[in-house]
Amino acid sequence: MTELEAGRAQALTPVRGGAALHRYRDVLIALIAFAVLASLPLFTGSKALLDFVIRCSAYGLFATSLNLLVGYTGLTSFGHGMFFGLGAYSFGLIMQKLGVPIPVAFVATLAITAMVAAIIGAICVRLKEIYFAFVTLAFQMLIHSTILSWASFTGGDQGLRGGIPRPAFLGIDLANHVHLYIASCALLILGLLAMRQIAQSPFGYTLRMIRDNAARASFLGIDVWRAKLTVFVLAALFASMGGMVMALFVSGAYPEFAYWTISGEGIFINMLGGVSTFLGPMVGTVLLLLLNDTVTRFTEYHGIVLGVVILFFALGLRKGLLDFVAEWFARRRDAGEGRHA
Amino acid sequence: MDLDALAGCLSSSACLVTQTTSGLIIGMLLFLVAVGLTLIFGVLKVVNFSHGAFYMFGAYFAMTSYQLTGSFALAMLAGAAGTAILGLIFERVFMSRVYGADVLMQLLVCYAFVLIFDDVVRIIWGPEFKSMGMPAAFQVMPLFIAGGVVPPYYLLLIGVALIAAIVLGIGLSRSRIGKVIRAAAHNPGMVSALGINTGLIYGGVFALGGMLAGLAGALAAPVRSLTPGMGFSVLIESFIVTVIGGMGSILGALIGALLLGLIRSFGSLGFPLFTEGLMYLFMVIVLVSKPTGLFGKEAA
Repeated sequence: MTELEAGRAQALTPVRGGAALHRYRDVLIALIAFAVLASLPLFTGSKALLDFVIRCSAYGLFATSLNLLVGYTGLTSFGHGMFFGLGAYSFGLIMQKLGVPIPVAFVATLAITAMVAAIIGAICVRLKEIYFAFVTLAFQMLIHSTILSWASFTGGDQGLRGGIPRPAFLGIDLANHVHLYIASCALLILGLLAMRQIAQSPFGYTLRMIRDNAARASFLGIDVWRAKLTVFVLAALFASMGGMVMALFVSGAYPEFAYWTISGEGIFINMLGGVSTFLGPMVGTVLLLLLNDTVTRFTEYHGIVLGVVILFFALGLRKGLLDFVAEWFARRRDAGEGRHA
Repeated sequence: MDLDALAGCLSSSACLVTQTTSGLIIGMLLFLVAVGLTLIFGVLKVVNFSHGAFYMFGAYFAMTSYQLTGSFALAMLAGAAGTAILGLIFERVFMSRVYGADVLMQLLVCYAFVLIFDDVVRIIWGPEFKSMGMPAAFQVMPLFIAGGVVPPYYLLLIGVALIAAIVLGIGLSRSRIGKVIRAAAHNPGMVSALGINTGLIYGGVFALGGMLAGLAGALAAPVRSLTPGMGFSVLIESFIVTVIGGMGSILGALIGALLLGLIRSFGSLGFPLFTEGLMYLFMVIVLVSKPTGLFGKEAA
């Protein structure tokens, strides 16, 4: 063993231990978060609050998965909402037409999403920034117009109506509001935990390297196209999960779920919360939904209010809320260390 | 799917002429919007996601001034000049702050304005469908060409768009201003070092792009219905045009727009429900075979 190799081996060990420690910490945080969310119905009978959390779960899964693309890999997808819509429609159609148990439909929807995302991703990910944004947008619109025009199958502009059957399985009855609430929270927490693991894995760091310098990554022997495609499909799966939560919540699926505005909102949520922290999109989701609910109560022109808020974040803060907070803490800590030194 | 109707039309000269002219006017309107988009991208390296709003404002400005003055020429002028001023203000006050920033940031600022502009139109003109109506001068007998019906207004529309294309093409390649603009697109630092105000050029190009979109909106006002949000579908289509033709290429925008117009008009016969889908499919096919578009440069 040369000195260099010995040094590297020593340097690596604590990092590995640290990674395991971080993983336990993440799991612990996830468990606590789930316990808090799941015990919420014990303290409050407010249906509106539970509904709000369910919607946050759906959008949160979607927005965080978009952050895997935008924040971690530097792929500005403007059509990520297509997988949200695809999840909602596939799940709804499978439940309506085949009448299989919910877990089967869940897995089948993920399989369909993975297939579609692999095909679309294979075409899209070799394109550069703005072209990537457009082509994903075009695919989104292609799926949206397919849903609209294939009315006999998808219900066209009326959406999937007549309700999605929600048969009980394993003692879980999703037609029951509290059960649905707990299931949504569980999906959200599991999804977030899985995405956190992806982001912190060696693969996650490969993605960051591709974002910062794709040419260097490819010189180091990384198959950039394959890594991008992998994360594109993975992100699509979580977006599809969000779509399924939404479909279960509204007991239907509507063409708006696959419209480009969903993607626009996803990007905006990421911007609002911040793309440099893992939980930024989650914070953004809560902020946007709160904002939407408040604004629509006071004015019908919520586009103007929303637009001004976006401008404030884009031109004023120039970063997301959690980015802002994180930087503030970093600056304070640096200042503190400076004083002690 | 109705392939019989499509085959039937292709074998009849009357239907062929009618569908081709309607494809041409769709294409020409798209060209005017898309060429502004491609120009702004070529020079400013910014994708103006709010470009559809200029089309919308052009149409509404034209409608209002036509109702006030009754003059069609003034209506066109109001549509074009109003959106040019709007473009200049928009660029100087807002877009100039996000040059060189992330694509994400630029998209967001534009997205904000898509939301704001749509609501502004809703407040000023109301949410319902409006129509400007065909000016009296064009309420004459349609022309019959090879058995096909061609309203005279369509000829005017195609003519105006063609003139705009030619003036733009020659202006950019021959005139001094055109050369300065192309130089600024290539190397803004050098151009400003030579004592030319690049901020002014950027504002001017944005105003020009806005004006072309506004002109398209004004020209479309007599033949389309006006509604808040009307800009968005045009925007998506002109994106497809610029991506097919190649970002930054004027000739590409023209060819792409005409192809898309023809796909729309003939596709609506063969695939009445999937016309939009056809356009996206076409775009995907072009991009897969040539990612930079038909006339795009490799470096873009």
